[in-house]
Amino acid sequence: MSLNRRDFFKYAGTSAAGVAVGARGLDLAPVEAAATTLRIKEAKVAHSVCPYCAVGCGQLVYAKDGKIVDIEGDPDTPHTLGRLCPKGAATIQLSNNPLRPTKALYRAPGSDKWEEKPLDWMYDQIAKRYHDTREKHFIEKEKGKDGREITVNRLEAIASLGSACIDNEECYLLTKFNRLLGLVYHEHQARI
Amino acid sequence: MTTNLIDIQHSDVVMATSNMAENHPVGFQWVMKAKERGAKIIHVDPRFTRTSAAADLHVPLRSGTNIVFFGGLIKYAIDNNLYFKDYVVHYTNASFFLDPAFKTPTDLEGFFTGFDHGKTAYDRASWKYQLDAEGNPKRDLTLKDPNTVFQHLRRHYSRYTVEMVERVCGIPKDLFVQTAKLFCENSGPEKTGSVTYALNLTQHTNGVQNIRALCMLQTLLGNIGRPGGGVVALRGHANVQGATDLMVLYHNLPGYMVWPLRDAHPDLTTYLEKETPKASYWVNKPKFLVSLLKAWFGDAATKENDFGYDWLPKRASGDAYSHQHIFVDMYAGKIKGFLADGQNPAVGGPNAKLARAAMQRLDWLVVADIFLTETAEVWKAPGTNPKDVKTEVFFLPMAPAAEKDGSLTNTMRLIQWHEAAVKPPGDCTSDAALFVRLAHRLQKMYAGSKKSRDKGFLAANFTYGNNPEEPNIELVLKEINGFATQDIKDKDGKVVYKKGQAVSTFAHLADDGSTASGCWIYTGVINETPDGKIINKAAGRKPADEKDYLGHGWGFAWPANRRVIYNRASADLQGKPWSEKKKLVWWDPDAPGAAPDKKGKWVGLDVPDFAPFLAPDAKNGDKPFIMRTDLVGGLFGPLVDGPFPEHYEPVESPVQNFLSKQQRNPVAKIWEVPDEKNVLAPVGSKDFPYVITTYRLTEHHLSGVMSRYLPFLAELHHSHFAEISHELAKELGIQNGEKVTVSSPRGKIHVTAMVTHRLKPFLVDGKTVHQIGVPWHWGYNGIESLPGSKGDITNDLSATVGDPTVYIQETKAFVCNVTKGVV
Amino acid sequence: MATTLAMFTDTSLCIGCRACQVACKQWNELGAEAPEWTGTYQNHSHFTDETFRLVRFVEQPQPNGNLAWLLMSDVCKHCAQAGCLDACPTGAIYRTEFGTVNINQDVCNGCRYCVSSCPFGVVAFNEDTGTAKKCTFCNDRIHNGLGPACAKACPTDSIQFGARETLVTKAQKRVETLKAMGFKDAQLYGADSNGFLGGLNAFFLLLSKPSTYNLPENPRLPQRNVVVDSLLSIVSAVAVGVGAVFAFRDRGKGDGDA
Repeated sequence: MSLNRRDFFKYAGTSAAGVAVGARGLDLAPVEAAATTLRIKEAKVAHSVCPYCAVGCGQLVYAKDGKIVDIEGDPDTPHTLGRLCPKGAATIQLSNNPLRPTKALYRAPGSDKWEEKPLDWMYDQIAKRYHDTREKHFIEKEKGKDGREITVNRLEAIASLGSACIDNEECYLLTKFNRLLGLVYHEHQARI
Repeated sequence: MTTNLIDIQHSDVVMATSNMAENHPVGFQWVMKAKERGAKIIHVDPRFTRTSAAADLHVPLRSGTNIVFFGGLIKYAIDNNLYFKDYVVHYTNASFFLDPAFKTPTDLEGFFTGFDHGKTAYDRASWKYQLDAEGNPKRDLTLKDPNTVFQHLRRHYSRYTVEMVERVCGIPKDLFVQTAKLFCENSGPEKTGSVTYALNLTQHTNGVQNIRALCMLQTLLGNIGRPGGGVVALRGHANVQGATDLMVLYHNLPGYMVWPLRDAHPDLTTYLEKETPKASYWVNKPKFLVSLLKAWFGDAATKENDFGYDWLPKRASGDAYSHQHIFVDMYAGKIKGFLADGQNPAVGGPNAKLARAAMQRLDWLVVADIFLTETAEVWKAPGTNPKDVKTEVFFLPMAPAAEKDGSLTNTMRLIQWHEAAVKPPGDCTSDAALFVRLAHRLQKMYAGSKKSRDKGFLAANFTYGNNPEEPNIELVLKEINGFATQDIKDKDGKVVYKKGQAVSTFAHLADDGSTASGCWIYTGVINETPDGKIINKAAGRKPADEKDYLGHGWGFAWPANRRVIYNRASADLQGKPWSEKKKLVWWDPDAPGAAPDKKGKWVGLDVPDFAPFLAPDAKNGDKPFIMRTDLVGGLFGPLVDGPFPEHYEPVESPVQNFLSKQQRNPVAKIWEVPDEKNVLAPVGSKDFPYVITTYRLTEHHLSGVMSRYLPFLAELHHSHFAEISHELAKELGIQNGEKVTVSSPRGKIHVTAMVTHRLKPFLVDGKTVHQIGVPWHWGYNGIESLPGSKGDITNDLSATVGDPTVYIQETKAFVCNVTKGVV
Repeated sequence: MATTLAMFTDTSLCIGCRACQVACKQWNELGAEAPEWTGTYQNHSHFTDETFRLVRFVEQPQPNGNLAWLLMSDVCKHCAQAGCLDACPTGAIYRTEFGTVNINQDVCNGCRYCVSSCPFGVVAFNEDTGTAKKCTFCNDRIHNGLGPACAKACPTDSIQFGARETLVTKAQKRVETLKAMGFKDAQLYGADSNGFLGGLNAFFLLLSKPSTYNLPENPRLPQRNVVVDSLLSIVSAVAVGVGAVFAFRDRGKGDGDA
């Protein structure tokens, strides 16, 4: 296990399991041992950042068998010291949540339901929409205010929104993708 | 923000104008720490919130009157000689002479000089300095000349008296004076104060001027660039800062260079001539722009073809393409296809009803998100028959941060790396994977095209690492950081950077095509050894300690790992700290200098935000504001709606403007939308007599996509609600817990009334003005077993109006009606 | 005997964010419950078998016209003289070597004596498992050198965890500081091991009298003075205009703070 060293509190007796004495004087040592198995003990820890507000709390994400079993604050983080708010403390339910769709979905025009579709089909269809809309509506040149013809290489028929919820590298790739296709309606939450 | 959350602990006074305890609770620990150390905490907010509960002083003000409040503070500081004189004289433009033709609303009935009533725009010709023969601004260091910025400022705010503050804001005079005294007296050489802000200040038709007003106050009090000072901008999303730096915004290129306009910037030469200033660090702009073009177009970008500048789309106008423009234009049928990635405009944006109606007119819609948002299911919106919505919708399930590698830039410009703990389930992917997969497919479709308009897109690389479908994110960050496109040698012929090696500082970027960098301000986040070993500083995890309380080994703060920007201002003209107690960076005359035979260097507790060897007595060695063309703090700062913030009422207001005859910001953006989709209430409307403000709660996140679907969070509030004062509830006969209808000219919502002492009516110009508060986290989707997780959409009430500089909407102050029951 | 551990909840530092409440649910894998209307942000109105940490929100208009919004994160007190433990006929409820009080789920027979014996309304019955449930002081964590999840998450140090003795000293100093700052009603609740119930291992610093926070003024073991004590709670609660909030009550009766 890779529990964070700053998470540890030092107090006497931590190693002396089994001295617990119950109300009626029963020796509960075996029970205590069972109760004290830590579910993150065998887990792999990843360093992460809380995805909610922009304080950017360092998080430790514990995973076992490909599943996240616990997310808590990373006490080493200088500006947060391992603390979290309720949203940060609930981060695990962004991943482990029965309401979370894990299949690509398509809704046909006028339809009242979703249909599951293979990812590749989705990508091909979406790329085709981008391509066709671009071909139909691209503005290569137009006259400026002074009447001069200017190369503008602009596409106004597709807009893109988002996101302050995605990573820097993703923002960069989205900007590169959108802009080099000619998009000018290119915005995210910071505007509002 | 200019500063750092950790540093707030050193404030002698903290003025939270945002609801920081609720919206940034973990950051708020530093405010609590400051309080433990004896600082006073002031909370300025129309509502009494969890921040007020922790504050020493709660100052309720009527929504939309912030400039009167800040103006009152500026006047108080000047009148009582509480501004930081040496700082103001030397580190700001207070001493600069303004054009004799320049006049302020004090003289011109609410307008600055140059207003064109026909164009409803300002001719800003007179909004400038007087220059001497060498082209430098004329100055009067005594600040006494009536043409100085300082005297204009004094005169402009002479109308912002304590009586006026009381009359307009509804803040009792005594409370305001107590606040002003507390804040202004806790600044100066020995003391510093910080001010927090968030959307409470920005979401107004004078949003930018609100921020300017608070920055001016902080500049006047000498609180910028100093420990415990600063402007604490608190961003709402994990990566608002990063998405802005990387410029997922219509108006700029990554790294804060203006996005080319058709008429102003038809070619690269014109762009660089117009946009490169004569002074400030921005003289390097050509290096940053050419490096960006190299990052995007690679080998196809050559000196001969202007590095591919033609391939960038050119905007037809500056007044186009913003968030609100999108939905107006989409409703008009101009936009056919739309990608909503990690954003939920069906709920989250202003005039959400318009946004939904607009999206229902699209040919196709792609939604990429973690949950099925209201935007993805816009065809299921209440009152909609799916049959009538001809839009094709593609939903792609995405992975949250815990399931992917990448970096996020927090509110203090700190870039932090996160690593995937698990693989995303099923078809879920990272957004990066989605974008490159779409790009590759499109590049395949365009392959072989000879059209010049396709060349830029075809030249761009979307493959990072060995697997084209799964980009190596660290390599994307390396492209953002920048790298050498060829071997770069020093003057002795020694290789400084091998071809492909990451550059370590933006000072090494070049305008000849020898470097590429996707966003110059991020340069330095990646270091690379000549043999290709990458050091990702965003992943640095060295905790802070006594020697380095700012934690420079944890992540990487742009620019150049500086944690407090403009920190040269923490030292006096001679480079010594203003006081021992408030030291941050200083000039060490004995430190080894730029060359073996030279001495002197800026040193301290932070990375100096200044040329490291520029002595205080050298030319410009005493000018800390290195990103500003005039190198000093801007008390005078021309925006499209004025060089000094002036109060105007919100577009919808229950009262007239008491400062001037001009009711609202004369250049505010008001969209006209057909089909009565953007009806506005007249001033003092009897149908909509109450002020409404919208806001967020600790337990929910924005449009609710990351909270309403999470049982741990959805259970924390009973249902969508409106906070109403006991006084208004009594007038309307409303009981706590009863259903009420809140309406505006745009729409109505049904919510639960939360009757509370935390809202109080305001006494404005001697008359009672009621204000209610409504959070905006709810929408028509959520958890079935927790019905309170679903609710009406608050933004159905707000309007499509905007600040003239950035087009942000006015959701913090507009008008409504409240009716008992569901009507 | 190992060091007695404690949680010290300093309500003067609480910002009511409820990180503790959610961190508790996350670590202990507790389920969500349908919220009820409490008149304010608080949910739920009382402890349940799925809610072991509960933040209370109390609006308290002051005589000077100002408003105090008292925020308090409440939890099982892990009493030195624990009513639940005394009442438990099977020995399922036991005291750990750290002084905390736990319910052994394997031994609990679901008799619910503990539920009615708790002077604070903490212990609750789970219909699915047929056992009594309450805060475990994160028993698994403290036996592995980690602090309780709630204390770890708390952004403002309102919940502090450590050796009881150290925390009591700290708490006493804090009261003095607050009194000097003008909080004249600042007081400790359950810090005194010679006081009621032999002291609480989860003790509190309050800014107003206990009944304001839905705490009994002088909690006793139920066998002793239950009726009188709860009546006193009601009387004092009504007297300060806080509404009928009392600690010793049947589950399911709303006790929302006004």
